[in-house]
Amino acid sequence: MEKKILALITLLLITLSVNAQRIKGSDTVLPLTQKEAESYNKTHSSSTISVTGGGSGVGISALLSGTTDIAQASRKIKFAEKQKLKKGGQKAVEIIVAYDALAVVVNPSNKVTNLTREELEAIFTGKIKNWKEVGGEDLVIVPYSRETSSGTYEFFKANVLNNKNYMNGIMSMPATGAIVQSISQTKGAIGYIGLAYLNKDIKAIHVSYDNGKTYIAPSVENAKNKSYPIVRPLYYYYEAGLESKVKPFIEYVLSTTGQKIVSEVGFIPVK
Amino acid sequence: MKQFRRIVEKIIEGLLTVSGAITSIAILLIVIFLFKEGIGLFSSPAVEKGYALYVNSKNNVSNLTVEDIKKIFDSEVSSWKQFSGNDQEIKVFRFEEIFDIYSEEQLGVEYSLLPNKLGEIILQNPNIIAYLPIEYAPSEVLGIKELPIKSISINNFFGGEEWIPTATPAPLFGLLPLLLGTLLVSIVAILFALPLGLGVAIYLSELAGERTRKFMKPTIELLAGIPSVVYGFFGLVVLVPIVQKTLGLPVGETAFTGSLLLAIMALPTIITVAEDAMRNTPRSVREASLALGATHWQTIYRVIIPYSVSGISAAIVLGIGRAIGETMAVLMVTGNAAVMPHSLFESARTIPATIAAELGEAPAGGAHYQSLFLLGTILFIITLIISITAEVISKKQPNTGE
Repeated sequence: MEKKILALITLLLITLSVNAQRIKGSDTVLPLTQKEAESYNKTHSSSTISVTGGGSGVGISALLSGTTDIAQASRKIKFAEKQKLKKGGQKAVEIIVAYDALAVVVNPSNKVTNLTREELEAIFTGKIKNWKEVGGEDLVIVPYSRETSSGTYEFFKANVLNNKNYMNGIMSMPATGAIVQSISQTKGAIGYIGLAYLNKDIKAIHVSYDNGKTYIAPSVENAKNKSYPIVRPLYYYYEAGLESKVKPFIEYVLSTTGQKIVSEVGFIPVK
Repeated sequence: MKQFRRIVEKIIEGLLTVSGAITSIAILLIVIFLFKEGIGLFSSPAVEKGYALYVNSKNNVSNLTVEDIKKIFDSEVSSWKQFSGNDQEIKVFRFEEIFDIYSEEQLGVEYSLLPNKLGEIILQNPNIIAYLPIEYAPSEVLGIKELPIKSISINNFFGGEEWIPTATPAPLFGLLPLLLGTLLVSIVAILFALPLGLGVAIYLSELAGERTRKFMKPTIELLAGIPSVVYGFFGLVVLVPIVQKTLGLPVGETAFTGSLLLAIMALPTIITVAEDAMRNTPRSVREASLALGATHWQTIYRVIIPYSVSGISAAIVLGIGRAIGETMAVLMVTGNAAVMPHSLFESARTIPATIAAELGEAPAGGAHYQSLFLLGTILFIITLIISITAEVISKKQPNTGE
């Protein structure tokens, strides 16, 4: 009798482990993956998907140790991480599942609408300190940033600041919601947020990456047709050997239904 | 039967001793763990582990401090002249740039050609400074030298005035802005909360009528139960704009706002503990004072407060403890700018807020991670000092009429 039960339990565990998928990583991608997993589970009742956050770095190191099947990341895998995978005889496959655009925002009372990348760099590194230097009124600029643990912080630094460090003592907020709140009530404020967080309490800046020839407004269309420059891909990484296990879910995410969810969550679809 | 009871009692006594011992050991282990992780920072190299800085050997610069490295990579310094080198423009090269120049195929199988290509680039540009992983460093190529890198020193940490833990290639771990920020915010908070809290405690225990107290006490205790993140949200949405408008500041997220919010949060603790202490003054002591002809106020001031001084100091300590250790609320309203605090009306960053905000993505075992543990150790030492002071004060209490 006992043996039978034991056998039954092992069988159950085996079937579970075949269909159970673990996804871990970036908090930016987390809401998207959760929605995708929910709707995937509705149509594929036999499978279970567990989704956890923790940050892009956490996800990729979990991939290294084999404690996750898919690592979700809001940044590209780093060279050092790739090397570590290689040493363990693994190879990471990279899939772009969506794009995320960052909007630079100011207080609605601010008259400035257009800024070039160079001006943004000077503002966030502390070289430009007053709005009148970029064609606004005589008002001190108060730049807001995300906390250092955020992937958004890293991306903005690499893309807009050309890898230079933020000014010493920049205001750093723990969440995007807090940035929106602060900017809506501080006259001289400037900050950066995900496109999905844009609302009428804050004003989006048109950005130019060609020294002021064309200024592009942040919008889903402009991000889609690649004219808006501050866009980052969101990735899934999986170990090449696990392809057959994770493929159905990834295909689902890339399918029309999956990409519709991408738009609903506020990201930009791949196709 | 008697025998049985005695055995049961012995067992219970044993269990109590064991649980006491386990608790003490657990606390000790936590402290040892904190210190062990934190101390590791001082043996970490000043640049990221596994990376080093390389220059052309024609460059006669040999010693760069962490601040110098940061200035170079932020293009704040443009010429080698400032570091007693040639009067040439500094060219910064980050490792990732190699992938913009060469494709993965051109770098050979397993990146076997990578060190040579990196070497070529350094040889071609005599004014270059390259930040490369040691594994792929062109160490065998002649004409290239590695800049010596010291490990993070105790002076850098305790005397540093800049906290930029994610700066590449050389992060700055300066404790001073965080420590001073923490002390500033919590001391000012206690200055607000103490007079107010003691006033309310005296009112509740001595002056208020039975009905008022029955209503007020639970209300105040309820305030202590509100989660701190809710306070933080309230602070961000309500307090920050008020501070900004009434004081006419460019930003509302200041150390002052944090102090104000912390004062509100510490009030319930101070009031409850102090009021309990005052109400514990024996009836005989009060009546003796009144019988000697003292007025109500004289009784409060000369008898009740001295009698309950140990309880009041406990209230103060708990209040300060709450203020110093408070994380979420402060994280949301002080703006978290890691600058040396010059005034109360500028943004400040506290130690707990730093740990909470940064530990999430700090790679385990790295210098950033260790520095956060060191911050935790410092926070622990501060609260330890406060507790010991309180103990000393309450033991020193004057004649309590016993």
